[in-house]
Amino acid sequence: MSTTTTPEHSDDHGHGHDHPEHLAHHFESLEQQFDAGKLGIWAFLLTEVLFFSALFVAYTIYRGNYPEVFRFASQFLDTNMGALNTIVLLFSSFTIAWGVRNAMLGQTGLLKMNLVITLICAGGFMMIKKMEYEHKFHEGTLWAGHENTIFRLDPNDVPEDMKHHSTAWDNRNGDFTMAVKDLDPEFRQKLGIFFGIYFCLTGLHGIHVLIGMILMVWLLMRAMKGEFGPTNFNAIDFGALYWHLVDLIWIFLFPLLYLIS
Amino acid sequence: MSDHNSDTHLGHVLPLSLLLKVFFALVGLTGLTVLTGQMELFGMDLAIAMVIATVKASLVCLIFMHLKWDKPFHGMIFLFSIVMVGLFLAFLTLDTGQYQADIREAKADEIHAAGLDVPQSEETHAAEERPEPEASGH
Repeated sequence: MSTTTTPEHSDDHGHGHDHPEHLAHHFESLEQQFDAGKLGIWAFLLTEVLFFSALFVAYTIYRGNYPEVFRFASQFLDTNMGALNTIVLLFSSFTIAWGVRNAMLGQTGLLKMNLVITLICAGGFMMIKKMEYEHKFHEGTLWAGHENTIFRLDPNDVPEDMKHHSTAWDNRNGDFTMAVKDLDPEFRQKLGIFFGIYFCLTGLHGIHVLIGMILMVWLLMRAMKGEFGPTNFNAIDFGALYWHLVDLIWIFLFPLLYLIS
Repeated sequence: MSDHNSDTHLGHVLPLSLLLKVFFALVGLTGLTVLTGQMELFGMDLAIAMVIATVKASLVCLIFMHLKWDKPFHGMIFLFSIVMVGLFLAFLTLDTGQYQADIREAKADEIHAAGLDVPQSEETHAAEERPEPEASGH
């Protein structure tokens, strides 16, 4: 952040004027530099909230119009997996918040540990998400328009092999209140709307988790070089703010998707 | 010049005990929302889930994201985004109510045109037990 690219301004700052090592030349003070960055990251978080809001609005409108569809579809989601993922993400939020504290206090060892734990939690979240997605592809509980979706107006359009291995189709294990094949055709077709919204919301959130993982790797690499300390923790602080936003969005997604009774 | 760059100058250092307390509160609230999600709450389930989620989000914002100690302007930016989402939601919710009847009508025509009453031999039993069995309270 404070590194300059011109050859005469190398990182060792042996260029004859005094200013703190991590202060970029266009800022008056470290405080101003920190405040500018902080304002920037909050402005970015604002755009993120608005970015996700379109999908939340889609969710609200469709749930408002078809509450019974959402209630029925929610039983195809695994609440235990969702709750586990919530805990994993909350824990990673805690470790990155601790990491910010470590950076501010110059605890480099703990900072590296917390970045690694946050990264592992993010990876764990994606693994659980992958298991959930795979199950849905196996079951054919997919968005409208997917070739293997079992939520079709005409049951004859459902691929034969999906009918054979989807337990949701004929409620084979009795896990659901009703077999999908026995549903009213129009109702069955609308279930695809729920899964369209489910995959868009969790997919966009998942992309944010992946970006967060890249961010953690970058922060970890910089932490390995010993770049962070009491006067230079801006990147850790701003990265943590982004990570908390990813957590915030999941806090709302979990009850909205998994806990519809 | 560098003497005023003490650690307290740039950011507020949160005590570890506070971070831990917030984490356990968040886990507790997650457990609570799972519990209330499984109960029959007579149409209040969404409201209760959203209240719990908002409390959780506030904890994350105020403590983990330092908004409690941060410049009020940063909190304002965030609140502003929430207000904008509220406006977005309000306008589109008003708008969608305008043509639901038309959509339902068009949908009924489409189903009729698709001739889905034809394979009734195997679907008659399905028609008797429509879904929406627990359509209570909405």
